[in-house]
Amino acid sequence: MICSAAELAIGDEHDGILVLPADAPLGADFASYAGLRDHVLDIAVTPDKGYALSVRGVARELAIAFGADFTDPADLGLPGDLAAVSADVYPASIEDTSGCDRFVLREVRGIDESRPTPLWMRVRLARAGMRGISLAVDVTNYLMLELGQPMHAFDRATLTGPIVVRRARPGERLETLDHVVRELDPDDILITDSSGPISLAGTMGGLATEITAGSRDLVIEAAHFSPEGTARMSRRHKLSSDASARFERGVDRELPLRASARAASLLASLGGGTAVPGCTHASADVPPAEVVMAVDYPDQVAGLVYGLATVARRLRQVGCELTADGEAAGAGTSAAASAVPSKHVRHDHGRHDRAGQWLTVLPPSWRPDLTDPSDLAEEVIRLEGYENIPVRMPRAPAGHGLTPRQRMRRTVGRALAGAGYVEVISNPFCSPADSDRLQLPPDDPRRSVPRLVNPIKDDEPLMRGTLLPGLLRTLGRNIGRGFADVALFELGLVFLTRPDGQRVAPILRVDRGPTAQDVAPLDAALPDQPLHLAVTLAGDREVPGWWGAGRPAGWEDAVEAARQVLRISRVPFSVRADQQAPWHPGRCAALYVTAGEGKKWLAGHAGELHPRALAEFGLPPRTCAMELDMSVIETAAAALGTIQAPPISAYPVATQDVALVVPAVVPAAEVEAALVAGAGETGAAGGGVFLEAIRLFDVYTGEQAGEGRKSLAYKLRFRAPDRTLTAEEASAARDAAVAEAQRRTGAVLRGTS
Amino acid sequence: MSAPNKSYDPVEVAALSAEEVQRMVDAALTAIAGAADLQELKAARLAHAGDRAPIAEANAEIGALPPAARADAGRRVGAAKSAIRGALTHRQQELEADRDHRALAEETVDVTLPWDRVPPGARHPVTTVGERLADIFVGMGYEIAEGPEAEAEWYNFDALNFPPDHPAREMQDTFFVAGPHGEPRSGVVLRTHTSPVQIRSMLTRPLPLYVVSPGKCYRTDTLDATHSPVFHQIEGLAVDEGLTMADLRGAIGAFVEAMFGEGLRTRLRPDFFPFTEPSADVSMECHVCRGASTRPGGDPCRVCRSQGWIEIAGAGMVNPRVLVACGIDPDRYSGFAFGLGIERSLMIRHGVTDIRDTVEGDVRFSRAFGMEA
Repeated sequence: MICSAAELAIGDEHDGILVLPADAPLGADFASYAGLRDHVLDIAVTPDKGYALSVRGVARELAIAFGADFTDPADLGLPGDLAAVSADVYPASIEDTSGCDRFVLREVRGIDESRPTPLWMRVRLARAGMRGISLAVDVTNYLMLELGQPMHAFDRATLTGPIVVRRARPGERLETLDHVVRELDPDDILITDSSGPISLAGTMGGLATEITAGSRDLVIEAAHFSPEGTARMSRRHKLSSDASARFERGVDRELPLRASARAASLLASLGGGTAVPGCTHASADVPPAEVVMAVDYPDQVAGLVYGLATVARRLRQVGCELTADGEAAGAGTSAAASAVPSKHVRHDHGRHDRAGQWLTVLPPSWRPDLTDPSDLAEEVIRLEGYENIPVRMPRAPAGHGLTPRQRMRRTVGRALAGAGYVEVISNPFCSPADSDRLQLPPDDPRRSVPRLVNPIKDDEPLMRGTLLPGLLRTLGRNIGRGFADVALFELGLVFLTRPDGQRVAPILRVDRGPTAQDVAPLDAALPDQPLHLAVTLAGDREVPGWWGAGRPAGWEDAVEAARQVLRISRVPFSVRADQQAPWHPGRCAALYVTAGEGKKWLAGHAGELHPRALAEFGLPPRTCAMELDMSVIETAAAALGTIQAPPISAYPVATQDVALVVPAVVPAAEVEAALVAGAGETGAAGGGVFLEAIRLFDVYTGEQAGEGRKSLAYKLRFRAPDRTLTAEEASAARDAAVAEAQRRTGAVLRGTS
Repeated sequence: MSAPNKSYDPVEVAALSAEEVQRMVDAALTAIAGAADLQELKAARLAHAGDRAPIAEANAEIGALPPAARADAGRRVGAAKSAIRGALTHRQQELEADRDHRALAEETVDVTLPWDRVPPGARHPVTTVGERLADIFVGMGYEIAEGPEAEAEWYNFDALNFPPDHPAREMQDTFFVAGPHGEPRSGVVLRTHTSPVQIRSMLTRPLPLYVVSPGKCYRTDTLDATHSPVFHQIEGLAVDEGLTMADLRGAIGAFVEAMFGEGLRTRLRPDFFPFTEPSADVSMECHVCRGASTRPGGDPCRVCRSQGWIEIAGAGMVNPRVLVACGIDPDRYSGFAFGLGIERSLMIRHGVTDIRDTVEGDVRFSRAFGMEA
């Protein structure tokens, strides 16, 4: 069979067939010959374990897991004079050691860059998900996969003057291998020669010095760049490469000499050239970062006793060098051990006086993530197996249960669901146009909301300042899906810029706990985030059926939903007419809660929505809604005392009906308040005649009420706690109630006008 | 009515013979039993137990008997009257019961008729599942802690040991809130997890500390079947003296059994989170197949994809650096934390296959869950 490389999934080429080397055995099984009978492990490497982004790192883990011997591939195939420096190799220096603390160059001369990469290497690269590019690139990529050291090869003929590793200067630019000309930032770490930048350190090479098929002499770079520096650079230029992914996560600082030597020797042999002996080696001093840990610290973390032998064995398997209590704890002790200069000890949590025994641990160069005793404890515990940790039930002290606010929210949710409202969780992102659709005036505080830098949808860059837009869209979706009679509710935060303007939140230090003064500016920088509750209704509140006609949802349902919530809160409240977008100006109620000392706080609005707003949201006429600020209600409720049980009188009730005629504009709530106040006075002064209940049972606006007037019929129930009321007492109380209604609202007893 | 006879007249007192009295009783009982309704019974009562009834007339004749025979006849007539009265009372009750029964039967309705005048309401399963998860811990003594959704970066990242330029920070695709002058970095983000509530709890609550924090989180994921830019998490945090990974295992095991089923095993595997060290990925034994799908010949399991285990949470021991950032002495206190997605719990426990169902607000979705999940 004749196949292309692409057909065998070992390369991109599909122009022609795959040509095997002349020494390929005739008649052999190709899959075996090319090493295709193999398994590919797809490993999700967590961001702390950069070393595992290589065969070397994974092999070490597997060797520990299976108790097998481990041969470090970074120790193989090295020249005897690994660190020998040679003036024959291209010169280089580090100007800024904060961005790069080791920089190694080696040279290979006289190679034929057009030679194909050997099949076995191409197969392995392809199976690791890398495209074959050219011999030099394939070799450096191959070694990166094997050892974890990203490398870059320059065409020596394109370099001018010594190489310097430094930060970018203002106005510098570099065209990278992906043909993008990049404006450089002064924080960028660069490889430069006398012509200027030639490579973004550890991220991507420059186009001008790229290896081409005609390149003869190569300069191979292997370096150790700052993880934070490469991370910032990669993000700044939106350029994530295999190299930057490794440098961000931490590369073994002891690899550059080794990996570059392997690269030079491999390129020389595969490309038919000569490796120049020795290297250029620029390096900054990096003190060893030792960690002092109580020997029993892993025990204290895991909840079982491992003992020194196990702890030491596991840490050595990981590659650590150890000293216990200032004495050599066994093989592998380095010269750096016993007296630890305190400035090099990064952390010493786990120092417990009772521990008595200490381990001074020098983590291996490939584990820059091991900085704290807890990191070392994790290594011991995970290698010993999480499954061997015992199970113990922690005993929390008795808690206080749910807070009143938390309980109230649950009760509100259950009550609304019981009343036929379906809870939804709608999209909290909004468009500036939503405020226009709601007919909000230009200075409405609900327009003043936080803006996202990176919204999911460009036309929804705002956080909601009201639940209504999301809820109304959800309502529309349900109607569109054939549910015309819908009642919905949502409980969620809204986001409002503080009246005193938005601020920038500082980033506090993390090496100690912040004071109250430290955190105050953080909280002051956050938008106000009150909890809101909204409902919306469309279609029929009661549907028609065999019982007869239905009843369309109306403003009164929305107001009642608000009343229901407020009744649950126990906070005294009042309802007044108001005009507030997006509600119908004649059908909008404002709900006020009475906080301590008679202060009235606006808790929200309810009623029928404005026809223009409904048209904008594509909703049917007469759709209703309410929105309450639960945070206001909860705060008012928090001031309430415990409920005190009322006395229940067993004496007979005395019922009185009154019909009062008032101007049509007088709100029923005012008439009722006056009746209650009037009757209440007799309760106090009139010898204990108590208004037990009052109920409006009829509203009449016909001819008999008179032009521009309405008749309100109330049933008053009086009862005394200690005796049977006489008819005279009940009538006197009723008269007092009516008199007060007359005084306050001009009400006239019906039939007496 | 006849006046009592002073003289003995055998002809006139034939009515008091035993045969005659029995005949009267038989006639009365037949009439009573034959009364088909209360009206007929009333007529029968008049005819057989009234003042003009034969038995009443017979009773009047007792005085005409010679004194020696009176007691005997009196007993006979008394027994007869009693039998007739008894029959009347009995029949009266029967006929009244019949009448009442007929009246109620006429009022029979179809009690299976629906009364769905108000379409049913429901709570959202994210709410109810979240409450259920929280309540398991509240039952263990934990309290519910809350925090803002637009959160300071320091709370969301730095205090949780996400270094400024660490790739872990980039793993959480973050919404940034613009500054007052449109700056791209204002130090405020939409929280990417509920973990900042851990920091707020440690800064404000006394130790020891046992809290759970359910809540909304945000990441810049495009909405699809398994991702939503808005989702919900619940996290637990315990900080106390002497807490170990054994306590973490105990807490998680108890929670999994309470939420997903008695006897389900849990498994921890190494993972990485900046704010916990050691960190673990938590899986539970599949609550549907309980591992049967992984055994030879076992039926495939849709829920665990025949893996036998389901990943449900991340967990670990609170990183001492986090304790330090919150002003807690890591040499005295240790802690554990765990977090799981509420939507993920919904998917596992209730078979939700598309996360979009939780955000679209279709009433059919919430209604399927009712009031409690």
